[in-house]
Amino acid sequence: MDVGTFLAIIIGAVFVSNFVLMRFLGLCPFVGVSKDPDSALGMGMAVIFVMTMASLVTWFIYVFILEPFGITYLRTIAFILVIATLVQFVEMVIEKTSPALHRSLGIYLPLITTNCAVLGVAVVNVEDFIATGLPLGASFIYTVVHGFSAGLGFTLALVLMASIRQRLQLGGVPKTMIGIPITFIVAGLMAMAFQGFSGLKI
Amino acid sequence: MSAVSELTKGVYRENPVFRLALGLCPALAVSTSVENALGMGAAATFVLIGSNAVVSLIRKAIPAKVRIPCYIVVIATFVTVVELVMGAYLPELSKSLGIFIPLIVVNCIILGRAEAFASKNGIFRSILDAIGMGIGFTFALVLISALREVLGDGKLMGYMVFGPNFKPVLMMILAPGAFITMGLLMGMFNVIDERRQRKG
Repeated sequence: MDVGTFLAIIIGAVFVSNFVLMRFLGLCPFVGVSKDPDSALGMGMAVIFVMTMASLVTWFIYVFILEPFGITYLRTIAFILVIATLVQFVEMVIEKTSPALHRSLGIYLPLITTNCAVLGVAVVNVEDFIATGLPLGASFIYTVVHGFSAGLGFTLALVLMASIRQRLQLGGVPKTMIGIPITFIVAGLMAMAFQGFSGLKI
Repeated sequence: MSAVSELTKGVYRENPVFRLALGLCPALAVSTSVENALGMGAAATFVLIGSNAVVSLIRKAIPAKVRIPCYIVVIATFVTVVELVMGAYLPELSKSLGIFIPLIVVNCIILGRAEAFASKNGIFRSILDAIGMGIGFTFALVLISALREVLGDGKLMGYMVFGPNFKPVLMMILAPGAFITMGLLMGMFNVIDERRQRKG
């Protein structure tokens, strides 16, 4: 466990295998909530928070419940239920403790339940860090760091896309390409740029 | 609506991927080859049929407030079945689809059909709807993957299409190709629509 490994996990999740542009996870909010940068940032913050929490909670579920009882095949069911409950719970806690934060994040939280990036990060964590036989402490820290930086990568892609789309409103987009089609073309160009990171070796 | 149109609406008129923009993540991620696309389409269709049938059967027993968690449990059960069966009998396909098999749970098409159709209709119509939507999803996947595989690899289902002198555009089977293919196809569907409206 050294700084290099952490750096590799963070840069890997944010740039090299960015959840949206390289792994194709969380495309629905990427297309749906990328109309203006402010709400994109709000959504991004909510996703970072939920992804980190989900990584943390699913680590406990997997290591202390699924593995000891030999029921790892129930992974999908257990994770999706835990994530759905977690999102509800987080929403209630935020509503009670900080109404201001709830006003800015509130509307995005229900959307996150069906965001495949959140379940995706939990599954990737299991395959990369938990089921590979790392010592418990290391796998715990790597999992949480990976969850956080995956959310960071999602936010980066979302905010970039929202800023581009705002500029695009002034450009002459062909009528049939307005809306979702042009968003995909822009995403393709962004993915090309991100492809440049794939040669990065740390 | 007649039973036949229930079945066919998913293919073009209400195509889940191109029309409703649902299930985009797997549509882009696994469409690197036609084989993967067919595998993913079959898996999603199976889950759709199973979940639509069960949701339609228990729709009167589910309290409205907790319906979404109930649907998710039903869907996750069928996804686990697919996960285990595919891992046992088609290990290679299972490996190349990777994390997108467990992620069928959060495929919006399936939850969307459970919520919008199966919870309001009988079992027979729900199954027809599921088959139609499944075919539509598979059709979209195969269309995207055929374009990407031919251009990016020069092959279709493993056969060379353009002969040995064709230089494949590697970009097409990487991530950018998926996004661009998707954007152009959606634009194309819009053009077709517009032409039809002008005529009609």
